[in-house]
Amino acid sequence: MSNQPPIRVLIAKPGLDGHDRGAKVVARALRDAGMEVVYTGIRQTPRMIAEAALQEDVDVIGLSILSGAHMELFPRIVSELKERGVDDVLLFAGGIIPEQDVAALKALGFSGIFRPGSSTLDIIEFVRAHVSRE
Amino acid sequence: MSRGSDAGDLVRRLLGGERRALSRAISEVENESATGLEALRLLYPHTGRAQSIGITGSAGAGKSTLTAVLAKAFRAEGRTVAVIAVDPSSPFSHGALLGDRIRMQDLTNDPGTFIRSMATRGSAGGLAATAADVAAVFDAAGRDIVIIETVGAGQDEVKIASVAQTTLVLNTPGMGDDIQAIKAGIIEIADVLVVNKADLPGADAVEAQLQALLSLAPAGDWQIPVVKVSATKSNGIQELLDAIATHRAHLQASKPADSARYGQARRQILAAVHAELERRLRIGELDSQLDSLAAGVAERTTDPRSAAVELLQRINGQWVKKGNASEHDVNRGTC
Repeated sequence: MSNQPPIRVLIAKPGLDGHDRGAKVVARALRDAGMEVVYTGIRQTPRMIAEAALQEDVDVIGLSILSGAHMELFPRIVSELKERGVDDVLLFAGGIIPEQDVAALKALGFSGIFRPGSSTLDIIEFVRAHVSRE
Repeated sequence: MSRGSDAGDLVRRLLGGERRALSRAISEVENESATGLEALRLLYPHTGRAQSIGITGSAGAGKSTLTAVLAKAFRAEGRTVAVIAVDPSSPFSHGALLGDRIRMQDLTNDPGTFIRSMATRGSAGGLAATAADVAAVFDAAGRDIVIIETVGAGQDEVKIASVAQTTLVLNTPGMGDDIQAIKAGIIEIADVLVVNKADLPGADAVEAQLQALLSLAPAGDWQIPVVKVSATKSNGIQELLDAIATHRAHLQASKPADSARYGQARRQILAAVHAELERRLRIGELDSQLDSLAAGVAERTTDPRSAAVELLQRINGQWVKKGNASEHDVNRGTC
């Protein structure tokens, strides 16, 4: 374990809702699981999130959203990432995301969608399973 | 994934201005991979142009906020900026919450500013062990200014002074009496003393205490200024920029004698010896040898110092036989 560099994760809150308790709980849980978690705070634009991901060279991006604007914002985040050549990161999202949107988000590249009631252990396991450390 | 042969390509792309390559190179250097060590070797001849500024002070003193304000001011002068923001790693989980970007929101949209968060990864002294190496990568990438923000520092986190050309030590009102200021340690490493949150009551008293402290210090060839700043209100920033510029001019005018420059280079090499030893100790075989020696020390059949000597002899043995492929990579990266 100590030989492997820590997994680096960006936790970001796109859009205008200001409730970041969930994001902080997830950030803290991933920290306690031994990961280095960059938390950028609330009200992030797609461009800010993509820039932070580029500069921090993260393995994983987790987005928290409660406003319902995910179908609007997430595709823009994905395209901002592609524009910067950041095409090999693991994407996941959590928050108020209706069941009917899950398939579309998976198609967009979000491998994990954690809806209300998800446990932080699920998220930790998901990240560990998907990020390979050679 | 990390092979020395990737380093040349990475360095070429980095020197060509590709930001993704810059970001990747920093990760490799931070992870002390063979690629990272080789990249650093290739990049080092391209360093020596950037102006580096260290910002330290206690947790909550306003380091991140001041970093953001300074970065913006340098950008307004047309200079490119890199920020290295260091936060502590957990001693238990080894994880970290890197939250300095929260105070630097409006810099994120500026392509002339590049912010990188680093965790200390067990390193003492208020900085990550590889922070100086990452600063060198930014320097080689052509950034004009490299601002290095330490972890929230108490009294003894002084490593920043050997990394940055100009070190700012932040003080704030309400942090204790004047005896705090005459203790040895962090206060001694300041090139510029900053009283931040100067809009709060007590700022004048802090300034007076710092001035009194300076008046007791033996006269050097650099007069340490005390600058009152309110980072959130952007007051006093021009005065601070002037103080930083004056210190830079002082450094350039005083042209440190070869002996002083060599002295600094010696300290850099000794710090690198330390980092390199730590890195080797994490490589497979030695890690398990460390375990077996630890058992001896825990049972009091040997003492820590003797165990250290034994471990060093084993490292030395590995150097001689150049055993496995990864060891070979390591040697290629450092010699």
